[in-house]
Amino acid sequence: MSEAAKTSSDIMLEVKELSIQFGGLRAVDGLNLRVKKHQLYGLIGPNGAGKTTVFNMLTGVYKPTTGVIYLDGANITGKSPVEINKGGIARTFQNIRLFKGMSVLDNVKVGMQNQTKYTTIEGILRLPRYFREEKQMNEKAMELLKVFELDGECDALSQNLPYGKQRKLEIARALATNPKLLLLDEPAAGMNPNETAELMNTIRFVRDKFDMTILLIEHDMKLVSGICEELTVLNFGQELAQGGTSAVLNDPKVITAYLGE
Amino acid sequence: MKKQKLNNLITISGTAVLCVVMATLMSVGALDRSNMLKGMLVLIGIHIIWALSLNLTVGVLGELSLGHAGFMCVGAIFGGTVSQIIQYNAADCPGWIRLIIALVCSGIMAAIFGILIGIPVMRLHGDYLAIVTLGFGEIMKSLANNIFLTIDKNGLHFGFTNPPANVDEASAKQILKGSIGMQAPQDTNIWWVVVLLMITLIVMMTFINSKSGRACMAVRDNYIAAQSVGINVTKFRLMAFTISAGIAGVGGALYAHSVPMIAFSKFDYNFSILILVFVVLGGLGSMRGSIIATIILYVLPEMLRKVNQNLANARMLIYAIILIALMLWKNAPFFIGLREKLSAKFKRNKENADITSGGAEV
Amino acid sequence: MGFISNIVDGISLGSIYALIALGYTMVYGIAKMLNFAHGDIIMVGGYAAFITMASNWCPIWLALVITVTVCTVLGVVIEKLAYRPLRSSPPLAVLITAIGVSYLLQNIALLTQSATPRMFTSIVDGMPPFLQVFKGKGAVFFSENPYKAEGLKSELTITMETFIAIIVSVAIMIALTLFINKTKAGKAMLACSEDRGAAQLMGINANATITLTFAIGSALAAVAAVLMCSAYPKLTPYTGSMPGIKAFVAAVFGGIGSIPGAMIGGILLGIIEILSKAYISMQLSDAIVFLVLIIVLVVKPTGIMGKKTNEKV
Repeated sequence: MSEAAKTSSDIMLEVKELSIQFGGLRAVDGLNLRVKKHQLYGLIGPNGAGKTTVFNMLTGVYKPTTGVIYLDGANITGKSPVEINKGGIARTFQNIRLFKGMSVLDNVKVGMQNQTKYTTIEGILRLPRYFREEKQMNEKAMELLKVFELDGECDALSQNLPYGKQRKLEIARALATNPKLLLLDEPAAGMNPNETAELMNTIRFVRDKFDMTILLIEHDMKLVSGICEELTVLNFGQELAQGGTSAVLNDPKVITAYLGE
Repeated sequence: MKKQKLNNLITISGTAVLCVVMATLMSVGALDRSNMLKGMLVLIGIHIIWALSLNLTVGVLGELSLGHAGFMCVGAIFGGTVSQIIQYNAADCPGWIRLIIALVCSGIMAAIFGILIGIPVMRLHGDYLAIVTLGFGEIMKSLANNIFLTIDKNGLHFGFTNPPANVDEASAKQILKGSIGMQAPQDTNIWWVVVLLMITLIVMMTFINSKSGRACMAVRDNYIAAQSVGINVTKFRLMAFTISAGIAGVGGALYAHSVPMIAFSKFDYNFSILILVFVVLGGLGSMRGSIIATIILYVLPEMLRKVNQNLANARMLIYAIILIALMLWKNAPFFIGLREKLSAKFKRNKENADITSGGAEV
Repeated sequence: MGFISNIVDGISLGSIYALIALGYTMVYGIAKMLNFAHGDIIMVGGYAAFITMASNWCPIWLALVITVTVCTVLGVVIEKLAYRPLRSSPPLAVLITAIGVSYLLQNIALLTQSATPRMFTSIVDGMPPFLQVFKGKGAVFFSENPYKAEGLKSELTITMETFIAIIVSVAIMIALTLFINKTKAGKAMLACSEDRGAAQLMGINANATITLTFAIGSALAAVAAVLMCSAYPKLTPYTGSMPGIKAFVAAVFGGIGSIPGAMIGGILLGIIEILSKAYISMQLSDAIVFLVLIIVLVVKPTGIMGKKTNEKV
């Protein structure tokens, strides 16, 4: 109770003194983060700064060595990826991880799995609840695909989608789990400027339509400065700067870290 | 979505029609002149059940199980034992009741073995899982070859590596005879096989097209992403493995009641591989493919044998070559490129044809 | 004395397993694949040795050279044609291909050599046992039973086959360890097994290294084939598959990817197998070997000397 009270109610994600050690290497060292509800928050930094490692700790793939993570007031430190997803964090991956052998629609429906109640036996025997819930699922999934303009390709195998659409599908799949917080790992990687511009609109739209809090890792500075409201810069696993986007991006320390001396 | 549903419908109804036609022909005696086919139909049906169940593990779950014969063996032993006990104690019990009880028991026992093996094994992936399942199959075979069970008026007598002593010879009946095997009552006919095959097929299809089946495929395609969307990887792996084991067990019991005599050494590693060949050549994850491949690969060698014995002997060699060629064709970058080129060419030709014929859709 | 004799037999069988396991573990460490056909390369080696040794013109040393050459070439060819195109394919495809290759070799042997077992002539045929121990008389090396006239039978006999298997295996293991740790090619193999991508960036030719690994593994399989067939002379097209699988168990037991692990795992497995044959049950020894595998994988999946690896997310 006291933990929940400490984190005021407009904070979605609070990370305190988060560290992880791989052998002798301290990949992330004493990181603090506060992401407000409905915020678009950016986590940036040079290659190898530990950004994806932070995501992996937030989603339970790695167990942090020290530190605590609160999601909407609840302590989720050290929980399993499945529990954390059920708790309200969904993510995309830097190297796209779709369910390649499944259709676009099924990819999204897998994300909705935990919101349905019918059992395996009901599914095999095709009892009424199966049909009812599958129908709801299909409708919801198609709605979601429409947001990302993927509804036309709902029957295509996800591995046959062009790269940009695969990234979008990954976001759609993450949203299908009905999260409170969405983590995007380099959503614009490999996209051309037009696609990136379009992606920026989509991210903003998702935030507003689904009332989502979004934390993203990105290298594309245009995207970062265009949509992020607040930034944290990581360098060698440690926080280098934190604050409003334009202030951080003009910070000489940050410029040095990116461009060298 | 629609297309997929239509496809499933075609598979189920096609199989049903085929089954019913063959079974009717056999029942009315139309196949009597071709003894070869008559003797084979039941066995083909049972092999299809095995192939379908293995396809769940290999095609849908994406894990290579080399111990499928182990589960068949469990099913055969428990099914055959149960029906022989019933036969001994209640000689007037109708065969079909005996068979139903035997099938249910064998399915449950094989599924229990599936869970017991699955709990430790499902922590493993890929090569390790393959080799452990292989080991399990060999263990089951070795144990089956060493178990002796005799029933007499005093009850059951169990023996390991040797037949039990102190049985009442006058009333004794040997149920399990170690490496000699067992003789279960031949309670089946083609209709039993048809019904069970259809049930298996429908269960497979409804499972795959439900959220649990989708979860299994998600785990197959990318288990890290599956976890990230809240799928309990171990649970679904275990579920698919158990269902697969249970159905294999039912198939084993069906087999035990279809043949006059069964030796458990049949259920060895090579037998698991044979079923695997059916599944792989039919297409991983494709139930229809498993059915077609099993029929062709089962009938073909018999036909070849009639034509030329040498060709029949070469069948495993041919399977092996096809197996390798298929894997290369599907997965090697060179062939993937070639396929893309071919399909692009094909498309272009088709477009040209459409334009020249003026039949382009609006 | 019976126990000691069993242990010696176990070490002898185990050192053959170790030789085979080395092939598995090296290939697994570097190409990250389970070469199911490895056991069948042993079988091919067995037939190559059998055929050459049975012909009149061929002395034993030449037969051995031919056997090793045949296996090495076969291993390299298999790698080039079947495995290399699938280097970046899903593991399931690679595994099925390997099973296909294994089946291919077995069936070629079946068609060309028939299923009738051949009786292999031991390479040390006609030589006296290495060691015999007689009650009250002590040990006798390299000679026939000198007390035959007195009707005395030896209490402990170590045959020449057993002795040769142990000596050759130990020599090969030492040579291999030196090769890997001291030569450039060996270090390239280590680097590739650690991180193939990084090794390539450092200018190591990964394809050549993998080919070399297959060549060495197959050559070891050839040696194992001759030693195994000398000790267990029944040769059929299926001769290789069970020892192959057991050697893989040994490799897993010792920690896959680890060369000392393969040696320790092989020898332990050989001892376990012989002891369970002697004291538990002849028919169940295979089942016991697999039980060991399952227990090892459940308790310590990385084996005795293995390292833990995590998939990068």
